[in-house]
Amino acid sequence: MGAPDRQAAPAGAGAAGREFGPSRRELRERRERRRSLLIAAVSTALTIAAIVILVPMTPGWERVQKAFFNEGVFLKTFPKLLDAFWLDVAMFLWCAPLIALWGLVLALMRDARSPALYPLKLFAILYSDLFRGVPVILVIYLIGFGIPGLGLPRPWNSPYIWGTVALVLSYSAYVAEVYRAGIESIHESQRAAAVSLGLSHGDVMRFVVLPQAIRRVIPAAMNNLISLQKDVALVSFIGPVEIFRQAGVYKSLYANFTPYVGAALIFLVVTVPATRAVDRMIARQQRRQS
Amino acid sequence: MKLEITDLWKKFGANVVCKGIDLAVNEGEMVCLIGASGSGKSTLLRCINLLEPVDDGRILLDGLEITDPEQDPQPIRQRIGMVFQSYNLFPHMTALENVLLAPRRITGRSRAELRPMAEALFERFNLADRMTHYPDQMSGGQQQRVAIIRALAMKPEVMLFDEVTSALDPELVGEVLDVLRALKAEGMTMILATHEMGFAREVADKVCFLDAGRILEEGPPEQLFERPREARTAEFLSRVL
Repeated sequence: MGAPDRQAAPAGAGAAGREFGPSRRELRERRERRRSLLIAAVSTALTIAAIVILVPMTPGWERVQKAFFNEGVFLKTFPKLLDAFWLDVAMFLWCAPLIALWGLVLALMRDARSPALYPLKLFAILYSDLFRGVPVILVIYLIGFGIPGLGLPRPWNSPYIWGTVALVLSYSAYVAEVYRAGIESIHESQRAAAVSLGLSHGDVMRFVVLPQAIRRVIPAAMNNLISLQKDVALVSFIGPVEIFRQAGVYKSLYANFTPYVGAALIFLVVTVPATRAVDRMIARQQRRQS
Repeated sequence: MKLEITDLWKKFGANVVCKGIDLAVNEGEMVCLIGASGSGKSTLLRCINLLEPVDDGRILLDGLEITDPEQDPQPIRQRIGMVFQSYNLFPHMTALENVLLAPRRITGRSRAELRPMAEALFERFNLADRMTHYPDQMSGGQQQRVAIIRALAMKPEVMLFDEVTSALDPELVGEVLDVLRALKAEGMTMILATHEMGFAREVADKVCFLDAGRILEEGPPEQLFERPREARTAEFLSRVL
């Protein structure tokens, strides 16, 4: 019982009795850090200077500047591009939950064990091969032009519906794989513990495996969402006038490429913070698991 | 006879882990399985709980053949509790939720109806203040006791313990062994795979020495620890004691 007191006393005295300045190692590291900062600053400045000085010296610079970085065109088109971007956001917002849901259904089908469910498993396997093997743009064309071609009445021939259906079908195949990786990452001992309590396979999945698996794959699934945010622009190929299409319209109108640059900027404003946030989420999760 | 195992064989691929095990366990008896790692102790327990299908032989629970392939394993597992070396609590649930999950799903009764039963168990094992904690907020000893409560909440007739103190810091082993003593005192039928020789000697009714998938020797602890009949038993004991 005396041991903790004995240990506490010298530790307290030590902390109070001696001031610690920076150690020799810390001093050395500080010097190194200052040196690397200086090198980084100089090399960055040189690179930027080279670009700023050299690029305008190229023979085509003036034409490129007029065609891509035209201030007048930019100011005229930017607000309308922003308006058109809301359609991208809307398509993204209704695709994302559908993808999350359908992807989960596919992952569960693929995990089916009972022989009666084998057709579902087979379906999920073929589905994954098919939609991961075909470019998204082709799926959009085939479904977006093919299905309304059946002569469906309005509004069922809308490209908004079939374009986004195509996105959901394609993206679910990838998201299902993410879910599956999550399900497989749950240690066998968790299943064993749940099974040993007498729970059914369905209950083990629903209450023990899935809640842990989904939590684990959220960051990875977010990466898919970020590429979805960009790929909604592909739906424009079958009609909807969203930002990419709108930029195309202005390009023809003004015979100038600046609207595309404006559209790119708008995408960046959304995707860069989203990417950073997901990277932070992944880093935090890795810290927690280690 | 509560549990009767006859000529049990189990193999994983080419690796034969149980080679014709016979074991009889009476109601209220505590049987300790000792032996080196890989001698088949854990596999035997997993076979009894039907976590592993047996390749040959029979296991009878109260005369009912639970290894019958036609038998639905789920109701059998509900009658046999199992506790694992690494606790295996569900990390996304509080201690109370861990304990309530199986009773809720299997009896169909609500949390509110089942809560008094669970609370009584937590109180009995001095864990009432940990009910709303998550596994990662508890010590290993507390987690293992919650795992035991979780198994007990199904009111099992037999409890299986698979090296339940092996992952614990030495100072936490005692609190888990105390729980086992208490269960023994109230007449629970238990089978333990264990490396706690002192505990086996003190509490077990019967000790079985497993060697390479066979029960090489079994008997009351005094006899097996003091006067082992087999040379291999003596050799094993001299290494661990």
